[in-house]
Amino acid sequence: MATAPAPAATETRLQATGGVARRQRLSRWSRYIFLGTSLLGVVALVALGVDTLINGAGRVTPDFFTSYPSRFADQAGLRSSIIGSIWVLSMTMVLVVPIGLGTAVWIEEFAPRNALVGIVKLNLANLAGVPSIIYGILGLAVFVRFLSFGPSILAGALTLFLMILPMTVIAAQEAIRQVPDSIRQGSLALGASKWQTVWGHVLPGALPGMITGVILAMARAAGETAALVMIGAFAFIAYDNTSVRDNFTVIPVQIYNWTTRPQEAFRENAAAGIIVLMSIVLTFNIAAAILRERFRR
Amino acid sequence: MAIMNGPTDPTTLEVRPRQERTMADIRTRVPEVTPRPHLADQSSGDRKPNEYVPPEPAALTVRDLRFYYGSKQALRDVNLQFPEKKITALIGPSGCGKSTLLRCLNRMNDLIEGARVEGEIEYHGLNLYERGVDPVEVRRRIGMVFQKPNPFPKSIQDNVTFGAKVNGFRGDLDALVERSLRQAALWEEVKGDLKKSGLALSGGQQQRLCIARALAVEPEIILMDEPCSALDPIATLKIEELMRELAEHYTIIIVTHNMQQAARVSDYTAFLLAGEDGAGEVVEYGPTDEIFTNPRDKRTEDYITGRFG
Repeated sequence: MATAPAPAATETRLQATGGVARRQRLSRWSRYIFLGTSLLGVVALVALGVDTLINGAGRVTPDFFTSYPSRFADQAGLRSSIIGSIWVLSMTMVLVVPIGLGTAVWIEEFAPRNALVGIVKLNLANLAGVPSIIYGILGLAVFVRFLSFGPSILAGALTLFLMILPMTVIAAQEAIRQVPDSIRQGSLALGASKWQTVWGHVLPGALPGMITGVILAMARAAGETAALVMIGAFAFIAYDNTSVRDNFTVIPVQIYNWTTRPQEAFRENAAAGIIVLMSIVLTFNIAAAILRERFRR
Repeated sequence: MAIMNGPTDPTTLEVRPRQERTMADIRTRVPEVTPRPHLADQSSGDRKPNEYVPPEPAALTVRDLRFYYGSKQALRDVNLQFPEKKITALIGPSGCGKSTLLRCLNRMNDLIEGARVEGEIEYHGLNLYERGVDPVEVRRRIGMVFQKPNPFPKSIQDNVTFGAKVNGFRGDLDALVERSLRQAALWEEVKGDLKKSGLALSGGQQQRLCIARALAVEPEIILMDEPCSALDPIATLKIEELMRELAEHYTIIIVTHNMQQAARVSDYTAFLLAGEDGAGEVVEYGPTDEIFTNPRDKRTEDYITGRFG
């Protein structure tokens, strides 16, 4: 006879019991908790968006884009503020792209590692967190008053340039750091100079991140109100800007202006202005995302 | 496989304007280095295991080289003569300074913050570390292939032509691409696809692309830092065969962890070991056959037989 079967030991079970069951329950719940927190923000945004659309969609007509501001709400439009925004943002971009990217390249690729550069880096991070109104005060003191630019497009663009410079530099630095060191070494080992390495390999590799950073910074500049109100862009402009020394207004300032009026009809104009501004900012952000994906390949 | 181009005439290391890369321009020679007597007397029967001098003419001569990362010494008094058109292997356990030594040879260590070099490396009568020597000129003549294949994220063609272009190459780029890829035994595999990204190649192909890229600059010496450590055995074998072919025209210095590889491909082998303080020293240097069959230092024997530590 074969030996008798061994007495059944404790049965092996693979269902979750005891401590494992408890941990797994927590794990399942965590998913819903985090989903809930994420939805909170989305719901608030959607509610705001829908409210704005209901209030303002009726005012977004072709006339709204081609009319100057007016004391009659139904005749007022965004013409001068759109033109002002284009002027200011173009100038800001012309300033921020070479100077911001140049700064980032210098810090990451050329700067010696000493205390001074350390302070510059630390300052950049701090400056990116400074409230925009502070840049407005700086712009008022330096550009408007001291340099006598007045509340002009030039002063506005310089102020916005200072405001978005830190975030542009930080984004570009991040992009440059993403380029693997092995690429730099490979290039240098072929007898390329530092500059040839930066131009031939680091910049092309960092370009998508740099472009994204510039676009996101420009989106912030496009929506900036406080700094420009501070330097005096809060004007009634009923003509098209033709020079950088012109007084000006921009879309967010115009929206702010309308919200301060007591009449209900101006609130509708403000809502319509917000729809236009949000579309512009959204377009910037989508463009940044598309460019990032395209360059990633 | 025909190797059509020899190395260029490397006589000056000074910075010259890139446009006029003729050898006729300014030749303020850097002061000549003086040979050390203890390296000259070959015949002496009681030389130490690390004092061997190969009979061939030297491509590079390292004299009393000391290297520091900040205050930490990484190499101590290295004296080595690398013979022309031979393969010299640097072996030793991790952290013995063999990669550091290799990177001293084309001044790649200049890029490390806080790195300091003492001693001299003689190249055609010039000291690579003399004042006025431009590291970019050095690296053009002394190329390098890295541990992990690092092709540029560009087309195969652009990978090969980059080095030549930055060095002011004015000839037929297509011919250069073909010649370099043939030399690196990669041409047949990629000739229809030169526009393809270098990153789309297999690891072994990428490494051969990196070799082709280095060859396109027409260096005289090629440094290889564990070139096969990221490759499978078949790709490794191909690179090793390639190295043997290249050794007919180029001086090759290779760092390897793989002792069989050192034994298979190299003509000379130097064994390095870190001392008590972590600074690497050359323990033994000699023809590869002797190092592997009849090592003179006990530590060399222990290492190559795997009894180390």
